[in-house]
Amino acid sequence: MSPMTIEERLALNKYDVDTEAHIRLNENICQECQPRICLYICPAECFKLRDGRLSFAYEGCLECGSCHVCCDKGAIDWSYPRGGFGVAFEYG
Amino acid sequence: MSDKFDAIVVGAGPAGCATACKLARAGLEVLVVERGKFPGAKNMTGGVIYGPVLDSLFPGAPGDIPVERAIGRHVICLLSDRSSVSLDFNMAGSGDRNGYTVLRSRFDRWLANKVEEAGGIVAAGLRADDLLWQGQRVVGITAGGDEFRADAVIAADGVNSTMATKAGLRVNLSPENVNQGVKEVIGLPREAIEERFGLTSDSGAAIHFLGFCTRGVHGGGFLYTNKESLSLGVVVQLKALMESNLKSVDLLESFKEHPTVREYIRGGTTVEYSAHLVPAGGLRMVPRLFTDGLLVAGDAAALVLATGRALEGINFAVASGIAAAETVLKAKERNDFSKESLSVYEKLLADSFVLQDLKTFREAPRFLENQRLYQTYPELACKLAEEVFRVDGKPKKKLWQLARQEMKGRVSIWQLLRDGLSARSSL
Repeated sequence: MSPMTIEERLALNKYDVDTEAHIRLNENICQECQPRICLYICPAECFKLRDGRLSFAYEGCLECGSCHVCCDKGAIDWSYPRGGFGVAFEYG
Repeated sequence: MSDKFDAIVVGAGPAGCATACKLARAGLEVLVVERGKFPGAKNMTGGVIYGPVLDSLFPGAPGDIPVERAIGRHVICLLSDRSSVSLDFNMAGSGDRNGYTVLRSRFDRWLANKVEEAGGIVAAGLRADDLLWQGQRVVGITAGGDEFRADAVIAADGVNSTMATKAGLRVNLSPENVNQGVKEVIGLPREAIEERFGLTSDSGAAIHFLGFCTRGVHGGGFLYTNKESLSLGVVVQLKALMESNLKSVDLLESFKEHPTVREYIRGGTTVEYSAHLVPAGGLRMVPRLFTDGLLVAGDAAALVLATGRALEGINFAVASGIAAAETVLKAKERNDFSKESLSVYEKLLADSFVLQDLKTFREAPRFLENQRLYQTYPELACKLAEEVFRVDGKPKKKLWQLARQEMKGRVSIWQLLRDGLSARSSL
């Protein structure tokens, strides 16, 4: 089986995307943060670094909670998506 | 809107559905609140429910429960980068079974249907946001802007349990106590699965991997057979993953390319990619299990047995869910939902395998911190097997000589003995 990119992986899943993000970052803290463990720890690679700025692409979130557990800076305002939104596994 | 129920269950997973099913059957008014758009939508597991725990709720199980395959073959497989050594326990042909592979989206949906058949209400697409308090006592929840009141609330809302945290029963999870699992469901024709894994039409295999699958990081891999798909994944301790600077999805990719695994999944098509956390701290991370008006069950209470030789969660969830229901029924008889009255819950769990297994294996998490389990020993086993089975035209060495030769530079006899003794007392 040939390797897949993270985008190809997430495209396999069904999502009902909410209009607002369920996870928010405190940009002031993230700006200073090293080594930005969220970039590695998120299995959906939702954390993106663009032009030195960290952002969270909530659309592909697998709702595992890893970022919340691993961020020891308190920069992540974490919750699950609103009821009915987010990923909907067909197999699980 | 303000309704009063006998019990509100947060989360329609195995723990919550077990509780709700039992309470609804006893005639109680039960509301199950589930944030997924249907029960099971958010739930993911490696894939096996072990043991006979479903029998007490559904006599004659599996019956029409949507299980995938009955486990008739258990394999422990140690991986080096290019080879593997396995311990293969096979009773697939004997008709004896112990556990079933499941796909949770289907399995949990079926369980929630059973709750509704018994008269319970399952409100899917509704996220519980907070607890309602009257003094020190939990008297309900808020969800979707509405208040829902009940004599008892059961927090069965999974590993990241918002409810148990808001109740102050547990602190936030810490990276050394939780594992991250990533998984692919890989579609493959039924015949190919049965041929490759040596299975009959209803039997299945559970393969657990150690070594190259996590490239030495604290964790392991798994491969389970479903009816027409495979569940393949890696599970790694969050703390170890953080320290490794590796990504679990990259570990999964290289695991799939391992020569042993590659042949199992050849020609398959990945149909889903998922991730989830698994409580892995054992007894030390089990929170307080109850307070006035509230009980905590399943993953929310960290009731998972992770010993390296076993990874069991769904059976613990169901058993704790049943115990929570029995507790609520007793409390209802007394019309007393105080923590003194609900303390029966802990006694029931202490009398069952749930807390007894966690106590028996309380040292397992510490044992599993040993780095040699994830690299040195799997590599050693593979290299030793390679030497034992190699015929190269030169005079042979005795087994112990080969073992010493391969141990050199990897592990000393004293370390090996110490690890053996530690395994004896932990596992």
